[in-house]
Amino acid sequence: MLLSPALAISAVLFTLGVAGVLLRRNAIVIFMCVELMLNAVNLTFVALAQRLGIGGQIFVLFVMAVAAAEAGVGLAIILAVFRHKQSVSLQNMNLLKD
Amino acid sequence: MTGTAADLIWIAPALALLGFVLNGTLALVRPTAKTLVSIIGAGVLLAAFGVSVTVFRAFADLHADAPVVFRYWSWIPVGTLQVDFALQVDQLSIVMLLIVTGVGSLIHLFSIGYMKDDPGYARYFAYLNLFIFFMLVLVLGANFPVMFVGWEGVGLCSYLLIGFWFSEKANADAGRKAFIMNRIGDFGFMVAMFMIFWSTGSLDFGAVFTHAPTALVPGGGAITAITLFLFLGCTGKSAQIPLYTWLPDAMAGPTPVSALIHAATMVTAGVYLVARCNVLFAMAPLSSAVVAGVGALTALFAATIALKQWDIKRVLAYSTISQLGYMFLGVGTGAISAGIFHLTTHAFFKALLFLGSGSVIYAMHHAYHTTHSHEDAQDMRNMGGLARYLPWTTALMWIATLAIAGIPPLSGFFSKDEILTAAFARGTTNPAWLVFWVFGLAAALLTAFYMTRLMLYTFHGPNRTGEKEREHLHEAPWIMTGPLLVLGILSAAGGLLNVPELYHGSARLHQWLEPVTQPGAAMVPEAHLSTATEWMLVGVAVLIAVLGIVGAWRLLHPAALVPARDAPAERGFARILRHKWYVDEIYDALIVRPLVWLSTEILWKRIDQQAIDGATVNGVARGARALGWANRWLQTGQVGVYVAVFVIGVLLIIWRSVG
Repeated sequence: MLLSPALAISAVLFTLGVAGVLLRRNAIVIFMCVELMLNAVNLTFVALAQRLGIGGQIFVLFVMAVAAAEAGVGLAIILAVFRHKQSVSLQNMNLLKD
Repeated sequence: MTGTAADLIWIAPALALLGFVLNGTLALVRPTAKTLVSIIGAGVLLAAFGVSVTVFRAFADLHADAPVVFRYWSWIPVGTLQVDFALQVDQLSIVMLLIVTGVGSLIHLFSIGYMKDDPGYARYFAYLNLFIFFMLVLVLGANFPVMFVGWEGVGLCSYLLIGFWFSEKANADAGRKAFIMNRIGDFGFMVAMFMIFWSTGSLDFGAVFTHAPTALVPGGGAITAITLFLFLGCTGKSAQIPLYTWLPDAMAGPTPVSALIHAATMVTAGVYLVARCNVLFAMAPLSSAVVAGVGALTALFAATIALKQWDIKRVLAYSTISQLGYMFLGVGTGAISAGIFHLTTHAFFKALLFLGSGSVIYAMHHAYHTTHSHEDAQDMRNMGGLARYLPWTTALMWIATLAIAGIPPLSGFFSKDEILTAAFARGTTNPAWLVFWVFGLAAALLTAFYMTRLMLYTFHGPNRTGEKEREHLHEAPWIMTGPLLVLGILSAAGGLLNVPELYHGSARLHQWLEPVTQPGAAMVPEAHLSTATEWMLVGVAVLIAVLGIVGAWRLLHPAALVPARDAPAERGFARILRHKWYVDEIYDALIVRPLVWLSTEILWKRIDQQAIDGATVNGVARGARALGWANRWLQTGQVGVYVAVFVIGVLLIIWRSVG
C-alpha cells in the first residue's frame, strides 16, 4: 500500500470529523464524528507502521479499546441527557452556564 | 557507665514521670480515687529519694574528680551540632538531686493533708510529679539543651500550678504573668546557648567548660555577653530584679506549691545555672559583678517590700526573692559553695516557713469555712494569738524564723554569714563589693525585722479571727505537721553540713563541691581575711540579726492591730512599701500599656484588619471577582463554542511549533 494516499485519506477523514464536531448540533452525530477522528488517527498509525515498526499497530489496538470504553460512557451520558431534556441537541446542554 | 549504683540515676526522673502518667490518667478517668493518687504521688517521690541517696553513696565511693556522664541516645545530630540526651552526675547535681527529691517528698506528704478536700486532687499530684520530673532533668542534664528542656518544663508546671484554681481570673492571670516573665528570661538563656555553640562549637557542659578558657578571651565582649544573657535567664527563673514581679503573684497557687516550686527548688535553678557555669562567670568579671550587684540590690529591695505586706504568703514570697538575692551575691562573688550552701539551708527553712503558713492558712480557712465567713484567711490582720491553737506550727516556724534571721547556731546563720564574709573579702580588692556587703547586711537587718513581724502578728498578741471562728482553730493533722517537724530539724541542724574552719569545722559541703567549683575559683583572685576580721564580721552579722528581732519586738504592737476589713489605709512611706514601690504599676505604664496600645491600635486595627484582611485577603478576592466579571462573556454554555475555541487553540499550537 502506498503511504501518501493512506495519509491523505486519513487527513481527509480527520478534517471531516473536526468539521462535524464543530458544525453539527446533534450529540450523537458529534459522537460519531469523534469516532471518525479516532479512526483517522488509527489509519495514520497503521500506515506508518510499515516504515517505523510494529509499535503503530499495537497502538491501534489500544486506541480501539479506549474508543470502546469511551463509546460506552459517552452513549450512557447522552442517554441520561435525553431522559432529562427530551433532546440530544447540544444547544440545550448549557447547565454549566447557569 | 560506672558499673556502680550510680548507673541507676535514670530511675529517679523516670519514677517521677511514671507518677505523672499514672496520676494524670487517674485525674482523667477516676479523680475520686484519692488514696491511690496519694500512694502513687508521694510513693514515687519517696522512691526517687531512695534512688538519689543510693546514687549519692555510690558516687561518693567513686571519689570522682570529673562528672560521670550517662549518654542514653543521640537527640539532635545536625552537622557539627551533636546533642545527646545525657544525664550527668557530679557533686553539684547530687546536692540538687537530694534537695529536690528530699524536700519534694516532704512537701508531697504535706500536700496529702493540705489538698485532701480539693476536687482537683489527682490533677494536682500529676502536675507536682511532672514538676519533679522536669526539675530532675534540669539539674541532671549534661548539656545546655537537656537542661533547657527541664528549665522550660518547670516553667510550664509552675504556670499550671499557679493557675491551679483557674476558675478565678486573678489566679489564671498570675499564672500567665509568671509564664511571660519567664519567657523574657528564657530568651536570654537561648541567646546565650547560641553564642556558646558559636564560640566553643559544643553545648556539652564538659566540652564547653574545657574549651571556653582557650576559645574565648577572658573578660572579652563575647564571654561577657554570654554570661549576661545567661544571667537574664536567671533573673526570670529565680525572680531577680528586673523580672521578679511574677513571684509574689505566684502565691495564688496552693501553698505547698509555693513551698516546693517558688521557694525550695525551681526558683533556685538560676543559682544552680550560675554555679554550673562558674568557669564562664569567672572569665567575665563584669558579669560576675552584675550578678553580685543585682543579687545584693534584690536582697535589699525585696526585703523593704516585705516589711509592709499583710498577706502571710506575700511576706514569704518577698523574703524568698530577697534570699535568692543573697545566693546570687554569693555565686557572683565567686563563693559558689557558699551560694549552694545557702540554697540548701534556704530550701529547708523556707519550705518550713511556707508549709507552716500553709498549716496556718489551713486552720484559718477551716475556721472561716465552718462559720461561712468570707474573710481573708491569709491576711495577718485576721490572725494573731494563733500560738495557743497551733503550738507545733508556732514552735517550728520560730526555728525557721531564727534560722533565716541568722541566729547562731541555726542553719541560716552559717550560710548567710559565709556569703557576707565572701563579699567583704572581695571588697578588700574591689570596693564595689563593700557596697554589696552593706546591702546584704541591711537586708539581713530587714529580714530579721519582717520575719519577727510576721511571727508577732500571726502567732502572738490577741486573736483577731472572730468570736465564732476562734473555737474552730486547731492544729493540722500529723501528715502535715510530720513534714514540718523534719524540716524543723533540718533548718536547725542544716548548718552542720558546712561548719567553716573558723569554728574548727571541716566545711564539708565546700570540700564536696570543690571538683565543680575549682576551675572557676582558680580564676578569681583569692582574698584572705584574718581570723580577727572574720570574728568581727560574725559579730556584726549576729548583732544585726538580734537588732532586727528585738527592734521588731519593741516597735510593733500586735495588740493595736485591727482586722483587715476595719484597717485604715497606710500613709506616707509605708504606703509606698505597701504598694511594692509601685513597680507593677510602673511596668504597666511603661511596657504593658504601650504594648497593648500598639497591639490594638496599630497591629490589630491597622495592620491586621486594614492591611492584611482588607488589602491582601479581601483584595485578592475582589481582584479575582473583577477578573471573572470581565471575562464572563467567554462562558457561553455552548459546547460547540468551546470545541471551536479548542480546535483554534490546537491549530495555533501546531502552526507555532511547525512554523
